[in-house]
Amino acid sequence: MTPTQQDISREIDGERQDYLAAGQVRHHPARDYAPYRSSALRHPLRPPVTVHDPEAVELSGPVFGVTDVTETDADLTLAHTGEPLGERITVTGRVLDRAGRPVRGQLVELWQANAAGRYAHLRDQHPAPLDPNFTGFGRCLTDDRGAYSFTTIKPGAYPWRNHDNAWRPAHIHFSLFGTAFTQRLVTQMYFPGDPLFAYDPILQSVTDDAARERLVATYDHDLSTPERSLGYRWDIVLDGPAATWIEEGR
Amino acid sequence: MSRDPRTVLPTPSQTVGPFYGYALPFPGGPDIAPAGHPDTLTVHGHVYDGDGAPIPDAIVEIWQPGPDGDRSGAPGSLRRDPVTGGYAGRDGVTFTGFGRIATDADGHWAVRTLPPGGAPYLSVCVFARGLLHHLYTRIYLPGPATDADPLLAGLAPERRATLLATEDRPGVHRFDIRLQGAEETVFLDFR
Ligand SMILES: [Fe+3]
Repeated sequence: MTPTQQDISREIDGERQDYLAAGQVRHHPARDYAPYRSSALRHPLRPPVTVHDPEAVELSGPVFGVTDVTETDADLTLAHTGEPLGERITVTGRVLDRAGRPVRGQLVELWQANAAGRYAHLRDQHPAPLDPNFTGFGRCLTDDRGAYSFTTIKPGAYPWRNHDNAWRPAHIHFSLFGTAFTQRLVTQMYFPGDPLFAYDPILQSVTDDAARERLVATYDHDLSTPERSLGYRWDIVLDGPAATWIEEGR
Repeated sequence: MSRDPRTVLPTPSQTVGPFYGYALPFPGGPDIAPAGHPDTLTVHGHVYDGDGAPIPDAIVEIWQPGPDGDRSGAPGSLRRDPVTGGYAGRDGVTFTGFGRIATDADGHWAVRTLPPGGAPYLSVCVFARGLLHHLYTRIYLPGPATDADPLLAGLAPERRATLLATEDRPGVHRFDIRLQGAEETVFLDFR
């Protein structure tokens, strides 16, 4: 039987209580987070094998350059001949490593639903309109400060089939690379004050309150431009093993 | 021992979700080997869930040294066309060391690359709908360096086998990724 929101909310609360009782800070979601039903058959049951090798290939990583992006890739509103529907926004921030150092010249990719909450993807068939002037993906390289910036529209919330009456809060998917493959991150950015936060098992899979808060962008009025767009700021910190830092000067 | 420099708290991971297909994959993603290179090695397999069902919405990323052991990589994996805004494709010459392959409807993926130098494995990062945090593993290729590898040596034989590519025919190797179950792939955590 399809679980109700009440069932899922009860499970979310149970997971959070278990996390608090365990008393150990965990920044990332557990892969076996039952309220997110798709995780059930897609997480390893055995613990990962720890690698301590300073020669590990994973302590280096892919690089990207000016040929990997075009100038218009960072403005998702320019992908078609007309203007997309929705609230135009700027999303900007810095990509840092866990020592607070900027991650320079690395690839940031982003994808999202349109203003009505529909993805330009054949398998998204929920009855919200496609926008012929919006596809919803972009990319850029971080600059010398580790900064990225995108112009896009605010995505809509959308329904999904995790449980009865399941709705995702508005979010933008992000993909990031650091200087080591071990710093790889795929995540989602959320918008402040969304009433759907408490109901969403994907966001709530981050059971640490402070860590979950780090997935929410800040509205920044100084980034808003008159008659044009609203501004959001979101800094991203890439995780990675302490071993990543032994190779100084890379 | 150096002090742990990790003073800033990390941004949590979230699932890649089901709808990345128009954003992350790119033509040429599976073609790490420069076009027509005589040493081209194909590695392919399926990604399976805990029921043994193929996963059609997974992404496999590959990172590796060049045949000369160089781990510095090179730009140009996603080379873009500044005229049309589309993909120009790889330049056919540069070895970038990076590949990205979305599984097909049958959960199958394939990468065409060159043998890595200085290490006997390709590094793998797996993403999928239902996976809240990506997984790392390695594809070890047959050879003396694999036989002497310390990580493999520390694993029980049936676990070790999950990290070994098997030769289908010369130049073509198979490597299945099982996210869960009795033959679950060994996944790695770097400290
Ligand atoms: Fe989404």
